[in-house]
Amino acid sequence: MILFMTSSLRLLVTPPNRWQEILKHMEFIGNKSVAIISLTSLFTGLALSLQIYLGFKIINAVNLVGPTVALGVTRELGPVLTGLIVAARAGGAMAARLGTMRVNEQIDALDVMGVNTRQYLIGPRILAAIICMPLLTAVFDFVAMIGSYILVVFIVDLDKAIFLEKIRQTVEVKHIMEGLFKSAIFGLIFGLVCTYRGFYTTGGAKGVGEATNQGVVTSMVMVIILDYFVSNLIRIFYLTMGIQ
Amino acid sequence: MEAAVKIQDVKKTFDGKDFVLKGLSLEIPKGSLTAIIGFSGTGKSVLLKHMLGLFQPTSGKVEVLGTDMSKLSPDDLTKFRCNFGVLFQSAALFDDMTVIENVSFPLIEHRRNLKPDEVRKIAEDKLKMVGLDPKHFHKLPSQISGGMQKRTGLARALALDPEILVYDEPTTGLDPILTEMVDNLILETHKHNKGTTSIMVSHDLAAAFRIADYVAMLDAGQVLLFGKPEDFYNSEIELVKRFVSKGMKHS
Repeated sequence: MILFMTSSLRLLVTPPNRWQEILKHMEFIGNKSVAIISLTSLFTGLALSLQIYLGFKIINAVNLVGPTVALGVTRELGPVLTGLIVAARAGGAMAARLGTMRVNEQIDALDVMGVNTRQYLIGPRILAAIICMPLLTAVFDFVAMIGSYILVVFIVDLDKAIFLEKIRQTVEVKHIMEGLFKSAIFGLIFGLVCTYRGFYTTGGAKGVGEATNQGVVTSMVMVIILDYFVSNLIRIFYLTMGIQ
Repeated sequence: MEAAVKIQDVKKTFDGKDFVLKGLSLEIPKGSLTAIIGFSGTGKSVLLKHMLGLFQPTSGKVEVLGTDMSKLSPDDLTKFRCNFGVLFQSAALFDDMTVIENVSFPLIEHRRNLKPDEVRKIAEDKLKMVGLDPKHFHKLPSQISGGMQKRTGLARALALDPEILVYDEPTTGLDPILTEMVDNLILETHKHNKGTTSIMVSHDLAAAFRIADYVAMLDAGQVLLFGKPEDFYNSEIELVKRFVSKGMKHS
C-alpha cells in the first residue's frame, strides 16, 4: 500500500500535469463537504459547550468553558470528526467510483489507452484529500466555536468578553496548527486506503460494495488509532524542540 | 508475410501450478483481420492481455510490431500501448464523460499539441465514421443504446489511428440484429483503415468465419488450428469439427 501511494504521488511530478484532475477532486472532497462539516461542527460546538458548562458549573469554573472547548476542538475534535465525516462521505465515494471503474473495465480501457492509471486516478485523489482536510478542519474549528459562542453567550448567558478573552489567553497558533497537521495525515490515510481498496476491486457489484465498506471502515478506525499516536509524536516533538 | 504480433512458446501460470497458456505460439499477419476463437476457459482473454502488455508471460516471448514486450519498462509499455485501439465487450466508456468527450480523451492525453477545435474535429470525424448520429454526441453513455455505446467505443479506439485494433468479444450478449451491425462495423472499419491489423476474440463462429481473413482456434492453452476460414470447414481435427458444427448450428 505504501508502494502504491509513493508511486502514485511520485507520478504527479512527472508530465503530463494533472492539475485539472486535482482541482476536480478538491472540489468534490472539499467544496462539497463544507455544508455537512458546518452543520456537524455547529452542533458539536453547542453540545460540547453545554456538557463542559454543566461540569464546570459544579466546580465554579464556567469562565473556562471557552478555552476548554477551543483547545478540545482545535487539537482533537476538529481533525478527528472532520476525518471521520470526510472519510465516510468522500472516501466511500472514491472507493465506490474506482471499484465501479474497475469492474466496468474502464481502468483497463485507460491502461490500454496508454494512460498511467495511478497518475491519472490515484495521485490526484490522494493529494486533493491531503490539501482539503486542513481546510475543512479550519472550517470545522471556526463553526464549532460559533456554536460554543452561541451557547455560552445567548443560551447560558455568560459574559461575552470573558469568553473571548480567555480563549485569546489560552489558545495559541501551535494548537491550531497541530490539528491542521493531524487532519492532513488523516486525509492521506483515507485517501490512500479508499483509493487502494477501490483500485483493486474484484468480483463485480458485490466487490464494489465490499471495497467501499472496507475502505470506509478501515479509514475510520485508522483515523482514531492514528490520532493518539500522532498526538504523542507532536508532544515528543514539542519536548525535543523545547516548546511549552 | 510480416507479422504484427508474434507469440513464441508462451506459457503462463498465475499460481505456479496450473498453466493457462501451455507453450502457445501464434503469428498474426500485419494488415489482416484475425479472429481468435475457442471454448470458454481456453486462454483467449489471457492471450489478449499478453498482446496488450497487461500480463507478462511466465516464459516465452511476445513481440508486437517487432518490439519484445517483456523488454519494455513500465513507462515505455504505457507509451507503446498507444499503438493499440481496444473495443471492450462492455464498450468501457467513461460514464462521467459525454460521447464526444470519450472519443476526445485519448487525443487530449496523447496529442497535446492539438488545439481544442482540432481535437473536437477529429473526434466528430471518428464518430461519423462509425455511423453515430451527431445528435447523440453530447449525451452521456447512459443516455444512449448498447449499439451506440459500441460505436462510441470503436470511435474512441480509432481516435489515435492505432496500428492494431483489438475487439474483445464485441458481440457477446447482444441480440442478433445488433450482433450483425457490430460485425459489419468491424468489417467496414477494417476495410476503411487499410494497413491496420484487427484482432477479434469471439464466440460467434459465423461472424468470425464471415469477416475474418484468418482464424486461430485455441484449446487448453495452445493453438489448435490457425488458418483461413475454409481450413476449418475442411479440418479433420475432431475438436475443430465439433466446435464448427455446434457453433454454426448455434449461430
